[in-house]
Amino acid sequence: MNRTTGGRPVTPPKTVAPRPARRRGPRRHTRRDLAVLCVLLGLPVLLDLALVWGPTLASVALSFTTWDGVGDIRWAGLGNYADLFADYPRFWPAVRNNLLWLAALGLLATPFGLLLAVLIDRGVRFSRFYQSTLYMPVVLSLAVVGFIAQLILSRDQGALNALLGRQDNPVDWLGDPDLNIWMVLLAACWRHTGYVMILYLAGLKSVDPELKEAAAIDGANERQAFFRVVLPALRPVNVIVGVITVIEALRAFDIVYAVNKGRNGLELLSVLVTDNIIGEASRIGFGSAIAVVLLLVSLGFIITYLVQELRGEQRR
Amino acid sequence: MTVSAVRVRRPPRPGGPPGRRGRFGVHAFLLAVSLAFLAPLLLAVYASLRPYEETARDGYFSLPDRLSFDYYRQAFTDSGMGRHFLNSLLITVPGVLITLFLASFTAFAVARLRLRGSLVLLMVFTAGNLLPQQVIVTPLYALFNKVPLPYWMSDSLTLYDSLWAVLAVQVAFQLGFCVFVLANFMRTLPPEILEAAIVDGAGVWTRYRHVTLPLCRPALAALGTLQFTWMYNDFLWGLVFLSTGDKLPVTSALNNLRGQFFTDHNLLAAGSVLVALPTIVVFLLLQRHFIAGLTLGANKG
Amino acid sequence: MVHSSDNGPGGCAHRAVRGVSRRSLLRGAAAGAGAVAVPALLTACGDGPGDGVTLGSNASDAVPKRAYADAFAAYEKKSKKDVKVNTVNHENFQENINRYLQGTPDDVFTWFAGYRMQYFARKGLLADISDLWRGFDGFSEAVRKQSTGEDGKQYFVPYYYYPWAVFHRKSVFRTRGYEIPENFDQYRALARRMQKDGLTPFALGDKEGWPAMGTFDYLDMRANGYDFHIALMRGEKSWTSPQVRQVFDLWRGLLPYHQKGANGRTWQEAAQSLQQKKTGMAVLGLPHPGQQFTAENRADLDFFPFPEIDPAFGKEAVEAPVDGFLMAKKARNRAAAEDLLKYLATPQAELIYLKSDPNNVAVNSRAGTGSYDALQKKAARLVSGARQISQFMDRDTRPDFASTVLIQAIQQFIGDPDDIDGLVNGIERQKKQIFAAD
Repeated sequence: MNRTTGGRPVTPPKTVAPRPARRRGPRRHTRRDLAVLCVLLGLPVLLDLALVWGPTLASVALSFTTWDGVGDIRWAGLGNYADLFADYPRFWPAVRNNLLWLAALGLLATPFGLLLAVLIDRGVRFSRFYQSTLYMPVVLSLAVVGFIAQLILSRDQGALNALLGRQDNPVDWLGDPDLNIWMVLLAACWRHTGYVMILYLAGLKSVDPELKEAAAIDGANERQAFFRVVLPALRPVNVIVGVITVIEALRAFDIVYAVNKGRNGLELLSVLVTDNIIGEASRIGFGSAIAVVLLLVSLGFIITYLVQELRGEQRR
Repeated sequence: MTVSAVRVRRPPRPGGPPGRRGRFGVHAFLLAVSLAFLAPLLLAVYASLRPYEETARDGYFSLPDRLSFDYYRQAFTDSGMGRHFLNSLLITVPGVLITLFLASFTAFAVARLRLRGSLVLLMVFTAGNLLPQQVIVTPLYALFNKVPLPYWMSDSLTLYDSLWAVLAVQVAFQLGFCVFVLANFMRTLPPEILEAAIVDGAGVWTRYRHVTLPLCRPALAALGTLQFTWMYNDFLWGLVFLSTGDKLPVTSALNNLRGQFFTDHNLLAAGSVLVALPTIVVFLLLQRHFIAGLTLGANKG
Repeated sequence: MVHSSDNGPGGCAHRAVRGVSRRSLLRGAAAGAGAVAVPALLTACGDGPGDGVTLGSNASDAVPKRAYADAFAAYEKKSKKDVKVNTVNHENFQENINRYLQGTPDDVFTWFAGYRMQYFARKGLLADISDLWRGFDGFSEAVRKQSTGEDGKQYFVPYYYYPWAVFHRKSVFRTRGYEIPENFDQYRALARRMQKDGLTPFALGDKEGWPAMGTFDYLDMRANGYDFHIALMRGEKSWTSPQVRQVFDLWRGLLPYHQKGANGRTWQEAAQSLQQKKTGMAVLGLPHPGQQFTAENRADLDFFPFPEIDPAFGKEAVEAPVDGFLMAKKARNRAAAEDLLKYLATPQAELIYLKSDPNNVAVNSRAGTGSYDALQKKAARLVSGARQISQFMDRDTRPDFASTVLIQAIQQFIGDPDDIDGLVNGIERQKKQIFAAD
């Protein structure tokens, strides 16, 4: 049987080599293979260690110091962490908002993106138009997202209050700290849906077409077929989308920064790190401590994922 | 993997074309969602066509007296956008290509070669990608400031304040995500194909370039689209590693339209639309690669 | 000529693109490494570090950029020397200042007077220009103080300033018969009357976090005096003191007369409401309403000094942020930089700038006011009559304290003005940590 992949037929194996004969280890590689491996594997590993992990470890070390970026670095022990948990009024709201972000993206935007991808993937007409439109929010830069938020949600001049006919008793969508986070989450979902959709579209493409027919059959079976057949086949994509959702939620930054620099109810951990490290302020030790908290939360997710992956590996 | 496992369970085909009844509802739904997604953008474009005095007086949600493209011309010249576009492309195009190349090979090695320690490698890359950008800024700055470069590479004579710094960190930072995605895609490919190549005596390079890579086209297209968008829209790396205004990417150029005291938001909207154009073009170019398969799948009986 | 960013190294980059053919560029990029074409493109071309003076400017938007370009062009013509301008947008320039000064800074760069300058002088990132200052003429003692570091040496060349005051429309005051309030009671009475007349007394937008700081500064300086205010900003006084509580109390009393939802409103929208006669007054700096008022309405814009609260302090302090120039410690071309700074300290240099940017006022007292409009003249009189000049909250205190603590605290106060205890305690705790850092 022929498998069609990427539009190209791939010849099936003439003989299937017996699996047990295949032994692990570099023995089966020629010298040229080894050279290719060394260079092309060594380069990314080196880059990753030098420019990502090295600086990360340095930041962890810095989180135990006070440093203004210019003068001496002084040891502070756990002082930054104590200040952070006890006396930094923006910290806990930021943690709460990051978790809200995770919930909104995971429970609303991601399923919605999947739904849209599946609908488009069924080969409806104008699918290109729908795809392009739905992806459009993803391409927008920081400045335009902030501007659009202002355009629509501004209390005095915004389109939404005009639309609702509330000019006399306007709702302060962006200024009310109990309300603005929900508005911003809506904007975040607006963008995230596009990401998810594009990944699922690519994923659905790599699922066997015959499977999709199974999902496309008429009647009451359709939903069941999707959940029992297609969705499990999409497992690799599900994992990717899960990870991207976690990343987006924990690294969330630009929308709140564009709206009001992440203040007044829109605090996020990444914003606090930026305020303390990147800006004129230069409280590098303190900012690094916030970053380490963010790092630990991220590692919690990644370790959970990798443990599952490890189990899956053993099952295979 | 799952794909090959369930492939044999082919359900009986029902008579007649599938899902005709639902088509209308699906269209209505997709159209409604599309319009809801598009409306804010159209509003921004609308604002960019109107003079500031008018929207300041009547609000943005009002009928226009006059529409013009003046702001687009002004945004392009006032912000010096041409040069900043070039900077962005110089970072983004090589950045995406190098990242996809290195990541696809790493993913290939991790997912398909059964090397020892490949899971650890995957872990290192994936976890590295989860780190928030801001965490690594200060140590990287200190590092870049100490790396000397010859004048022909960087007029600041250091890696700091050169596009090289931004390019390097973009590649390093995005590698993790690409390795992770591609490794996942490659695992779904049937192992028989690779084993056949091994039997044919193909080396590592051939197995990567000619056997595995062509099968990853949809994934590479999707990733390329996302990576282009991310690298192009990123402003943090440029902000922290460049101090010469003329080297900044186009995202920062938009800030040139934002004054210390006064910002003409309609002008900013026009600038933002201009800045968004390249990412839209890239999307339109690459989407062919993950749609081509879709129509194929739908037509195949 | 001025190497502004329009024809600076960027132009070289364009040439480089043409130099490398498009095909080879594509091939180079496609090769993955891009090693063939990219190196030439990634650097600005040229023959090596230039011998002119380089100047880092944060004036990225059209009006001030052009105004600066005019001033530098005049210098180049006069001195036959080159000024190479490196323009970075205002926001990025500020956020980047630490890295900029430690990396490869330009010889001279634009910055602010007061503590926000002294902070970097203390870190040893600025060059001492006391020698130059001995030759300067026309700067008041107050200005000199703002240009001096904690070590008593001068670092800053002041250029222009703009005062903060209470802005209003003449026509509104005239038709409704409002009087300019001299003291706080009259101020409150006026606000009450406006409210009765169906006008929102005070426009306020604090979405950006800084605009409301001006109100705090004035309340504090009027109620507790300039010296207390500055000591508070420098971390020497407690935020839990009765004086600070009094400031917040006074402010709380005024808040019902302010526009609601200030945390969600940009100051531009606030200034527009003033222009549209929906609000009666606004505490802002001269360029803010100045740029929101259309040309025909500008003659109708007026201001009065923030009214007196404690007669002991009267109205003697004026908030007037000064912008100007600094020389980096790492400056490569010191002699050229000093020459340029000497020029920029002259009244002529300031007037050239103000011709294109009329929302500011020259610092040098010898600068003729003949070319000023009525508002500029009034602003110049206000500041020259001041006994003390404050810079603005985010320039009178540490940048980290202003941006990570005070902005949030003031927004919190505007959102919930009743919890003054919790507010000042929170500020004080964070102040101690930040000021203890060095």
